[in-house]
Amino acid sequence: MPKPDSLQGSLDLLVLKILSRRPRLHGYAIMTAIQNMSGEVLRAEEGSLYPALHRMEESGWIRAEWITKDTGRRARLYELTAAGKKQLAAEESRWQAVTSAVNRVLRMA
Amino acid sequence: MSLWSRMANVFHGDRLSREIDEELQSHIAEAIEQGRDPADARKAFGPVLRLRDESRDFRVVGWLDSLRADAIFGWRQLKKNNVTSAAAILSLALAIGSCTSAFRLIDALLLRPLPVADPDHLYALARHEIFFDGTPQTFDGWAYPAFRLMRAAVRNSAELIAVSYAERMDLTYKSDQEMEKAHVQYVSGWMFGSFGLRPALGRLLTENDDLKPGAHPYAVLSHNYWTHRFGQDPKVIGRAFRVGNTLYEIVGVAPEPFTGTEPGTIIDIFIPTMMNAAVERSDSTWIRTLVRLKPSVAVTPVRDSLNATSLAFEQERAKGFTGMPKQSIDNWLKQTVFLEPASAGVSGLQNDYRRALAALSVLVALVLLIACANVANLMTAQAAARAREMALRVSIGAGRWRLVQLVLVESAWLACLAAAIGGLFAWWSAPFVVSMINPPDNPARLSLPADWRVFGFAAAMTLGVTILFGLAPALRASAVKPASALKGGEDPHSRRRMMHALIAVQVAFCFLVLFVAGLFVATFDRLSNQPTGFSAERLLTLDTVSERPQLPVLWEQVAEHLRTVPGVETVSLASRPLLGWYSSNDSISINGAPPSQVLAYFLNVSPGWVDAMKIPLVDGRDFRASDTNPGAAIVSETFARQFFNGENPVGKSFDRAGDGGDPSRFQIVGLVRDARYRDARGPMLPVAYVPFQAIDEKGGFSAIRRATFIVRTYGSNPLAVASTLRREVPRARPEFRVSNIRTQLEINQSHTVRERLLAMLALFFAAVALLLAGIGLYGVLDYSVLQRRREIGIRMAIGAPTADIARRVVTDIFSMVLLGALAGLTLGMASVRYFESLLYQVKPTAPSMLALPAFTILAVALLAALPAVVRAVRIDPATTLRSE
Repeated sequence: MPKPDSLQGSLDLLVLKILSRRPRLHGYAIMTAIQNMSGEVLRAEEGSLYPALHRMEESGWIRAEWITKDTGRRARLYELTAAGKKQLAAEESRWQAVTSAVNRVLRMA
Repeated sequence: MSLWSRMANVFHGDRLSREIDEELQSHIAEAIEQGRDPADARKAFGPVLRLRDESRDFRVVGWLDSLRADAIFGWRQLKKNNVTSAAAILSLALAIGSCTSAFRLIDALLLRPLPVADPDHLYALARHEIFFDGTPQTFDGWAYPAFRLMRAAVRNSAELIAVSYAERMDLTYKSDQEMEKAHVQYVSGWMFGSFGLRPALGRLLTENDDLKPGAHPYAVLSHNYWTHRFGQDPKVIGRAFRVGNTLYEIVGVAPEPFTGTEPGTIIDIFIPTMMNAAVERSDSTWIRTLVRLKPSVAVTPVRDSLNATSLAFEQERAKGFTGMPKQSIDNWLKQTVFLEPASAGVSGLQNDYRRALAALSVLVALVLLIACANVANLMTAQAAARAREMALRVSIGAGRWRLVQLVLVESAWLACLAAAIGGLFAWWSAPFVVSMINPPDNPARLSLPADWRVFGFAAAMTLGVTILFGLAPALRASAVKPASALKGGEDPHSRRRMMHALIAVQVAFCFLVLFVAGLFVATFDRLSNQPTGFSAERLLTLDTVSERPQLPVLWEQVAEHLRTVPGVETVSLASRPLLGWYSSNDSISINGAPPSQVLAYFLNVSPGWVDAMKIPLVDGRDFRASDTNPGAAIVSETFARQFFNGENPVGKSFDRAGDGGDPSRFQIVGLVRDARYRDARGPMLPVAYVPFQAIDEKGGFSAIRRATFIVRTYGSNPLAVASTLRREVPRARPEFRVSNIRTQLEINQSHTVRERLLAMLALFFAAVALLLAGIGLYGVLDYSVLQRRREIGIRMAIGAPTADIARRVVTDIFSMVLLGALAGLTLGMASVRYFESLLYQVKPTAPSMLALPAFTILAVALLAALPAVVRAVRIDPATTLRSE
C-alpha cells in the first residue's frame, strides 16, 4: 500500500481537481474518490487530508458548510471557490511542467 | 475576512475544537458505514489531539492565540499573588492617575488649541517695559484707541481682535434687588467671524455691532451659561438684562466648545467692546489684543509695524504726563512690543500656574518612576521564585521571545488594571485640583474635556510604564539557563544587584520629591504666617455700590446704620479692602522738589479705619470727620523712611502729582506701622492713607459710586452676620446695594492659593513617594533575607552574633539608600533654580531644608528594614539547613 508521502505534494491538486468535478463532498468522499479514480494506487491518509482541507479553507480556495444528513449526523461539505479555481489552474500547469520535465529526464538518461 | 475569522476563532477556541472533532467523528462513522472495521478506521487517524492542533493552527492567528493564552495565564498569576498584585496595581494606579490628572490640567490650561479656525495663526500682543516704579515687566493690556491705530496699521497682513480681561459683573434680569453675577467679556464684534464660529442659537456679534461707543447693547451668551442659567431655553433670544444703567438684548448663543479665550475662566456673556465706558480713553488699558495672522504672513514685519504704531501712540500720550520724573517717562518709553503664540488662548491663570504645574508634573512623574521601580523589583522577585517554571518551559521548547511575551503580558495586565483605576482617579482629581484654585469671588473655571488627547496620553503612558518595569524582568526571565536553574544554583547576585540599583534610584527620586515638597510647604508657611501689619480676625468686607454716585455723608449714614446691627463691633469705610489686588499710585514731591521716581500708594479711608484694622498708630492722630482729601494724610513707616529719611513726618506735608491736573497738598497728621497693601509678597510699600471724603476742583464733596464697608464683628465667625448686613444696607438707604461680601481672611488667603495648592499636592505626593519607597525597600530586604537564609543559617550555626547578622542584612541596602540620597541631593540642587520663582523667603540650600528629607528617608528606611532584620536573626539554623 502506498504511503501518504507517495502523493508527493500533489494532495492539494487532487483535492481541488476532484472538487471542481464534483462539488459538495465531505472528507470521506474526497478520500474514497482519490482512491477510486487512481485505481487504488493513491491514497490520502486521514492524518494529512483534514489538515490540508482546513489549510485550503483558510486560504480561501475551498469553502465548507455543515449539513445534517438523513441519519441525523452532521457532515461538513466542501466546494471550490473562485480563488480555488484559479489555484487549481495554477497547480495543474505547474504539475504538467514538473511531470514533463521529469519525463524528459527519464527519456534522456 | 479570513484574518478576521482567524482572529475571531482565537476567542472561540472551544467551539473550534468541537467542530474539528465532530468532522473527524463523522468521517469515522462514514467509514464504518461503508463497511470498514471500526478499530481500523479509528486507528487510521492516529492521535486525534495532534490532528486537532494541526488543524487548529491553520484556523487561528498564532500570535493572538498565544497572547490569549498568556493573558489568561498572567491573570491567574496575578490572582495567585493577590496581595502583592493589589499593592502593585494600587501604587501604579495612584501614580498613573496623578500623571493623567496633571496632564489633563496642563493640557486644558496651556496646550489645548482653542476651538477656533486655524488656532496656529493666533498670537497675543504684549510688551516689555520698565514701569514707572522702575521694575521691568511684561504687560498685555492695551488702551482701545491704541488698538484701533494698530488694527489699521496691519490691516493687510493680520486681523486684530480686542478681548477685555474677563470680569465678574453684577447684572439683573429683573429688579436691582435680584442682582446676580456673571463672567462678562467685552469682545470685538468681528471676533466670532474671524474665529469661524457658528451660532448655536440666534446670531453672533459682527463688525456692525461694534462701531459706535455705547450704541450696540447686544449680548451673546456662552453655551455653558445658556445651559446652566436658562436650561437651554430657546426663548432666551430677545430677553434683556441690565448691567449698571445699560439694558442689553440677548441676540444669540455661541457654539458649545467656545468658552472664551481665557483658559481658567468660562465666559458667560460676550458684549461688544464699544459698550465699555473706557473705550475712548487712552489711559485705560482694559483689553488684550489678539493677532490673527493671514496665511503665509511672517511674524516679524507685523510686529515691527505694531511696535512703531504703539510707540508713536504712547509718545504722544506721554506729552500729557505731568508731575512725573522725566527719567521714568523716558525709561517707560523704551518699551518693545512682541507677539506670543496664543493658540491655546491667553489668561492670567496660565502665567500664574505655568511653573507650578510644571513643578507638579515633575513630582508626579517622579512618583510614577518610583512606583515603576517598585513593580520592577516585585516582578524580579517573583521571577526568581518562578525560575524553575521558566527553566521547565525552556527545556520543553519555549522560545526566548515566547517567555519575554509571557512576562510582558503579565506586566501589561498590571499596567492596564492600574490605568483603569488611575483613570477613575484622574476623572475625580483633576476637577478637584481646579476647585482648589478658588480665590473668593473668582474661582477658576476650567473646562476639562476627557477626550482622545487625554485617553491617548494615558494609553501611551501605560504602554511606556509596562515596558519600563516589565522589560528588564522579562528579558531576565527569558535568559534563564535551564540546567543551572533546575539544579537551583543560579547566580543570585546579579538579580540582587539590579534590585539594589533600583532601590538607589527610588531613594534618589524620593529625596527629590521630599525636598521640593519641603520647599513648597515652607514657602506656604512663610507666606501665610508673615505679619500683614493688620488684624484680619472677625473682619468682614462689604463691597458696596450705589445706583449713582453718592456724597460721602450718605455713605457715612449707611455705616452709622450698620453700627446698630447686633453683633457688629465697628464699621468703617475704605475705597477698597487691603490686599485686594488693587493699587492706586502716584509720584509725590516734598517741599517743591521734583516728583519722586519711587511711587507712593494711596488708599481712601474713613475716620476709625486705622483703629478698626488694628494698625498701630506710632505718632500723631487718626482722621477726624473734618479731614478731607486732599488735605490730611496718615502715612506708613516705609513712607516716612522712603520720603523723609526716617524722620518723624507728622506735621510735614507732601504734594501728590495726580494725572494731568495740579498737584494736591497733604499734611501728614499721623504715622502708622506698615501694613500689607496690595501683595502678600515683596517689600512693604510706602503708603499714604487719605480721607474717604474727597473734595473736587470746585471745592464741593465728590460723590462716590463704590466703596467697601469694613465691619468688625463680635462673633468669631464674621459670616454669621453677612446676610443681615446685606439686607440692612439697602434698608439704610435704598440706592445702596452690596455687591460682594468677603471676609478679610479670605482676601488674605487669596494671595496664597497657589502656594497652598502646591504645598498640599507636594505634601501628598511626598507621602506617596515615601510610602512607595518604604514598601519597595521592605520588599527587597525581605527577598534578600529569604534568598540568603541558607548562608545566614550557616553563619549562625558557626556562632555569628546577632548584631553581625543584622549588619550583614542591611549594609548593602543602606549603602544604596545613602547613595540614592546623595544623588537626590545633587538632583535637587541642580533643579532648584527652575522653580525658585515659586518659592518665598525660603533658601533651598539651608541645612534644615536638606536635613528634613534626609532624616525622613532614613527613618522610613529603618522602619522598612526592621521586619527583615527580625526575620533574619530569628532564622533557626537547624530547620533552615535541614530543609535545603
